[in-house]
Amino acid sequence: MARTVIPFGPQHPVLPEPIQLKLELEDETVVGVMPIIGYIHRGIEKAAELNDFRQNVFICERICGICSFIHALTYCEGAEAMTSVEVPPRARFLRVFWSELSRTHSHLLWLGLLADSMGFESLFMQIWRAREMILDISEMTAGHRIIQSTCIIGGVRRDIDKEMAKEVDKRLLAFKEMLDSTIAPVLLRDPTIKRRAVGKGMLSKEQAELLGAVGPTSRGSGVAIDIRQTGYAAYKEVGFEPVVETAGDSYARTLVRAREVYQCVELMRKALSMMPEGEILVRVDGYPEGEAMSRTEQPRGELIYYFRGNGTNNLERLKIRTPTFANIPTLLVMLPGCEMADVPVITLSIDPCIACTER
Amino acid sequence: MGILSTSRMKSPWLLHFDCGSCNGCDIEILAALTPLYDIERFGIVNMGNPKHADVLLVTGPANHRNYRVLRNLYQQMRDPKGVIVVGTCGCTGGVFHNCPNVLGGIDKVIPVDVYVPGCAARPEAIIDAVVLALGKLKAYGK
Repeated sequence: MARTVIPFGPQHPVLPEPIQLKLELEDETVVGVMPIIGYIHRGIEKAAELNDFRQNVFICERICGICSFIHALTYCEGAEAMTSVEVPPRARFLRVFWSELSRTHSHLLWLGLLADSMGFESLFMQIWRAREMILDISEMTAGHRIIQSTCIIGGVRRDIDKEMAKEVDKRLLAFKEMLDSTIAPVLLRDPTIKRRAVGKGMLSKEQAELLGAVGPTSRGSGVAIDIRQTGYAAYKEVGFEPVVETAGDSYARTLVRAREVYQCVELMRKALSMMPEGEILVRVDGYPEGEAMSRTEQPRGELIYYFRGNGTNNLERLKIRTPTFANIPTLLVMLPGCEMADVPVITLSIDPCIACTER
Repeated sequence: MGILSTSRMKSPWLLHFDCGSCNGCDIEILAALTPLYDIERFGIVNMGNPKHADVLLVTGPANHRNYRVLRNLYQQMRDPKGVIVVGTCGCTGGVFHNCPNVLGGIDKVIPVDVYVPGCAARPEAIIDAVVLALGKLKAYGK
């Protein structure tokens, strides 16, 4: 049987973003895969050297609209380390709240896209209906549905007062009820999902460690790594245990994300109830000097920023390593041997975010 | 109006292409298709195939790599067609205006009919833009 090469992307209905996979097929079985990236490279790292270091928060936020708050948080953590600014405790708790809010909406978005890629249209619609409740909370607390834009160097720009915190808590409980009644039972019991995901796209623990997988992709294979364990922002006070599954298939990665949604709701409620009174923003004097690194946990895994400053208004270098970049090599293990029809589901199972990867 | 132009007006099909946006506008386009906004009740359907589509929704600024893909998609669409740019960065370059790999707004590559500013644009604004683009398709049928 001669080999056929089928291009998958860059414009494909399953993927909202442009990535191209060149699939080598033998009959219906995939034997080789070559990812081609670079379609949405903008050159943000270079632009970050041209802008004022305080303005960079806004461009870093727009590296990825889905986890925009976490990008801003990572940038701010690094910039604060370089300018030796101590963030007020209330701001640290608010940062945890908004981080978990973006994680919740990112995971729900992904669960919906997964259902869509399986052709399970009604589940997709249900999950996105639940997601609107989270976006309403985002709009109420930050003023925008997607890009919160509340994190700046030295703290946060908006406060959540007691009344609003009460309302958020009420809405989070309603959201959890909706998850329990409509979405969780389908994800856990539905035979259609199990048939398309169980045993597909296997990644063993050894392979995950060898290829340097991060986030839910590695946690689905039994590697208990989550940067929130390091206790940045206020995760130390709030307390945190990573969610781990051991099967290593697409279904395990789905379960990790579904369980993390519940965990996020708990973390958000905890952060709001434990939040101390006080300042939310401190003045930043001085310019970035020397080197700094900051690491945070994005919905897709570990995010690393590296900074080098020279005591002026502009950074000398900003280097960003995003989780999808670390996870793309795992596709080379997961895809060979699968059927053509499973390619969309397996590709989605690492939750590729091309906007982050290519910047 | 003939049956073709009537059905085009009653059920326009969309093609969505991400040109280099941050995903913010893309997920708002998807949100417009899902239960809260539900544009499918107006017959608007998201399509993967450029040859079936009437309206092209583009997000993000054009860059040196993807402008060929964008032009290719535009040329594959049959007339009459409308082009909508969603998001400030697709309109002018926006926050990415000084990024080295960015050419600027989408109108540097293909002709644009409706601009939707906003970072990220709201689903209501996107629905409004589709309705405006339909005006152009309507004029073509006459």
